[in-house]
Order: sequence, then C-alpha cells, then structure tokens
Amino acid sequence: MRMRDTILEGSNALDLPRVLGGGTCDRRGVTAKGLVLRHDGRALIRDVTLSLPPGGITMIMGPNGAGKSLLLRLLHGLIAPSAGTVAWGGKPLSEDVRRDQAMVFQKPVLLRRSVAANVDFALRARGVKDTTRRDALLDHVGLLGHARQPARLLSGGEQQRLALARALATEPKVLMLDEPTASLDPASVLKIEEIVRDASVKGTKIIFVTHDLGQAGRLADDIVFMLNGKPHDRGPADLFLSRPETQEARDFLQSRIVL
Amino acid sequence: MQDFGEAFGLALSLVVSGDADLVEIVALSLRVSLTATGLACLIGLPLGALVAITRFRGRNAVLILFNALMGLPPVVVGLLVYLHLSRAGPFGFLGLLYTPMAMIIAQMILITPIVVALSRQILEDLHAEYADQFRSLVLSRRQQVMALIWDARFSLMTVGLAGFGRAVAEVGAVMIVGGNIDHLTRVMTTAIALETSKGDLALALALGLVLMVIALGVNALVQSLRMTAVRHAYA
Repeated sequence: MRMRDTILEGSNALDLPRVLGGGTCDRRGVTAKGLVLRHDGRALIRDVTLSLPPGGITMIMGPNGAGKSLLLRLLHGLIAPSAGTVAWGGKPLSEDVRRDQAMVFQKPVLLRRSVAANVDFALRARGVKDTTRRDALLDHVGLLGHARQPARLLSGGEQQRLALARALATEPKVLMLDEPTASLDPASVLKIEEIVRDASVKGTKIIFVTHDLGQAGRLADDIVFMLNGKPHDRGPADLFLSRPETQEARDFLQSRIVL
Repeated sequence: MQDFGEAFGLALSLVVSGDADLVEIVALSLRVSLTATGLACLIGLPLGALVAITRFRGRNAVLILFNALMGLPPVVVGLLVYLHLSRAGPFGFLGLLYTPMAMIIAQMILITPIVVALSRQILEDLHAEYADQFRSLVLSRRQQVMALIWDARFSLMTVGLAGFGRAVAEVGAVMIVGGNIDHLTRVMTTAIALETSKGDLALALALGLVLMVIALGVNALVQSLRMTAVRHAYA
C-alpha cells in the first residue's frame, strides 16, 4: 500500500479518499484549518485544511488560477483569510511567528539601493548591523563582486539571487518562494535551486510554488497539488510525480489542460 | 523713474559688483526660504508617508484637505500668523513678529501642505511596489516611513523644490509678518514690491534677475541629480 503523508483533513479530505486515515497534523510545521479566501463573493481558496512538516522542501503545484500563490500568501500572513486559521509550530500566525519566515516573490522586489544595501536593509530590520554576515550572504549567492552596484541594474537571475540573499539574511525557519525561477534562464534556475537546496539542508523549511515539473523532480521532498482553490492531491515527490493518485494530477503532469 | 534700458544696465552692474544691500537681501531670502523648506520637509515628508501607508476612516477627507491647503493664499497665512504672534496673540510673548523667524513660520505653514500632498502621492506609488516585502519583513510603521522616504529621495527633491519655489516667490505672508524692515526682514520679493512702487527699477530688476537665476539654478541642480539617479535605477 502506498504511504502518503496525510495533509488533508475535514471537507477537503473527502476529495482524496485514498489519503484518508494516514494520521495527524505535525504541530511543529504549519497547520491550516478551514482556510477560506473570498473576493467579490467568489471563493478563491476553499476550506483548506492541511499540515506540512517542519522540514524539507514542499512544492505547491497546480494549473494557473488554482490558488497556489494565494495559499502561500495566506500561510505567510500577507493576506488575511476570510475564514480559518494558520498556525506555525502550534502557534497562531502572529508578528513574532512571521519574523521567523521569509518570502521571495516571482518578481523580485528590490529597493532602490545598492546590492549590499538591499541585504543590509533586511539585516537591520532584525537589528543586525554587522557587515560580515552581509558579505558572506552575497558571497554565498555569487554577488559579492556586485555589492556596490545598483540592485535594479542586475540581470533577472542576479536580482532573484539577491532577493534570496535578503530573505536568508533574516535567518528564517521557513522560506517561501513564489515561482522564483519563472522567466529565468536554465543556468540561473539551477543557481537558485542550489541556494534553496542548501538552505533546506541547513534546516530551513522550504515551501516553493512552481509550475516546473523538472524543478519539482529536482527539489521536492513532497508535493501539494492545488486545483480550484484547494489541495487536490499530495504525496512524496517521487510517488506523486511517477504515480499521481487523481486523474486531474495525471492530466497536469502530462501537460493536459486541467479544469 | 528710469527707462527700462537704463534700469536694466544698472541692475546688471549691481549684480556684477555684488552690491552689499543686494547681497544682504538675497542672503536673507535664501536663509528664510531654505529654512522654511527644510522644516516643512521635516514635518511634511513623514506625514505624507504616514498618510500614504495608512488606511483609516476619513482618509479621503484628509487627502482633500491637504490638496485644498496647497492653494492657501499667502496673505491669509500671513494674517493668521500675525494674529498669533502679535502682542495680543497667544504667542505674542515670544516677540517673534517682524523677525525672520516669523517669516520662516509663515512660509513653513504655506508650503507644508504642498510637501504633504505631493510626497503622499509619490510615496503611495512606491509603497504599492514595496508593500508585500515590507509586510514579509514585518516592518514597523516607522521603519516603512524611513525606507520609503530614503528610496524616494530623488523624487522627493522635486517636492522640496516645489515648496522652495513657492516660499521664495511669495510676498504676501512675509510682508505681513516680516514688515519689510530694511536690514532686518527685507527679502527679495518684498524689496522688489517696495522698489517698484518707489520707481527704483534698478534694484527691483537686479533682485528679479537673481530670483530667476536661483530658480533656474536650483531646478537645474535637482534635474541633474534626478537624471543621475535614474541612470543608476535609484529613482
């Protein structure tokens, strides 16, 4: 019998009969209960109840409009849910809890400053004034030689690596990435993946939204497949990618249109 | 009464020779208007930033108020400041009436709404870009305000310039609260008004020339700084 982590409970579990019966939420990770997001009367996230383990790399996949990015934003507290709760390590999503998290966006939001000043900004936000750590981070992402350059004049891949360095500057326990490699060339994608993998190895929980099946295969420990505003399938990456449980997930993996 | 050609020639010679009276008037004008602009920016930029990043009941009314206050008539401001600083007024004990400080206060009141209203728009646009990042970093309001003002500094220089332009060119408020006293509160605009009414066009024209040069010079400086900033993607 295939073993999958149970992440879906309550109403959404009804969509995944084979996933039922697996166990309980891991309170050290993230737990969402009855998460709903409505906009203009339309439910964009529908009664999501799930838990993710505290470590490893969780990939959130799904077709456009499935609610992947919205779910990530809800988990990070960037937007408030219409209903439901999110907890990290058993604690409700407060400012203190959110300080242990960082997020990298699809389009890097870089300050109108130098490369070094962008990292300094995040460090100072956490009360760190030591430039040694900044230089180490820039070195880690291969940008130490660009430290004095204006951040916005970097290439797309470099900008995203800088955004990653800035996110890592806060030493997050959880790093969320919303399609950070979309529209980057393969070499840049691999560099980003290397940094993300390294962060995961060092103990940072990664939650990564992507469309890229190859990337999921290279990075993911487990995958959440979103459809129509809720998790539809989930499992260890190798199982999900080789033998998805639902027809919709199979269609998605075979690049067919999923409705 | 001089003819225009003669007056213009005399004006140029006053400027070129660095006439002591002219220099004194120009220096006081710059001191008053630059101080007023600095103080207005000190108050107006954080206020503009706060309004830009905060949503509260009555926000639209506040925006309308600041936009309306941009058109404050200088003589009305002068009159209000006069009433407050005159002997019978609440701040009469400070003895500030007919001093450069009174003129600074009047100009500051005049241009602070300009700084708030214009900076609010610039900072709100920038905040729309940064909001998610700020929220992700869990920044305090103060941290957000400081970051926005710093990152928009080159755009905000234009706001300061607009304020300075308004301050240095206005005559009504400084005339009322300064009194246009020779060697004490006489600035370029009040001197131009006085000298013109006396028919001494040379000094009036010389001051007018200096005023124009200052306006052009400050504009050119700010524009060149902005261009440099744009080249470095800092604006």
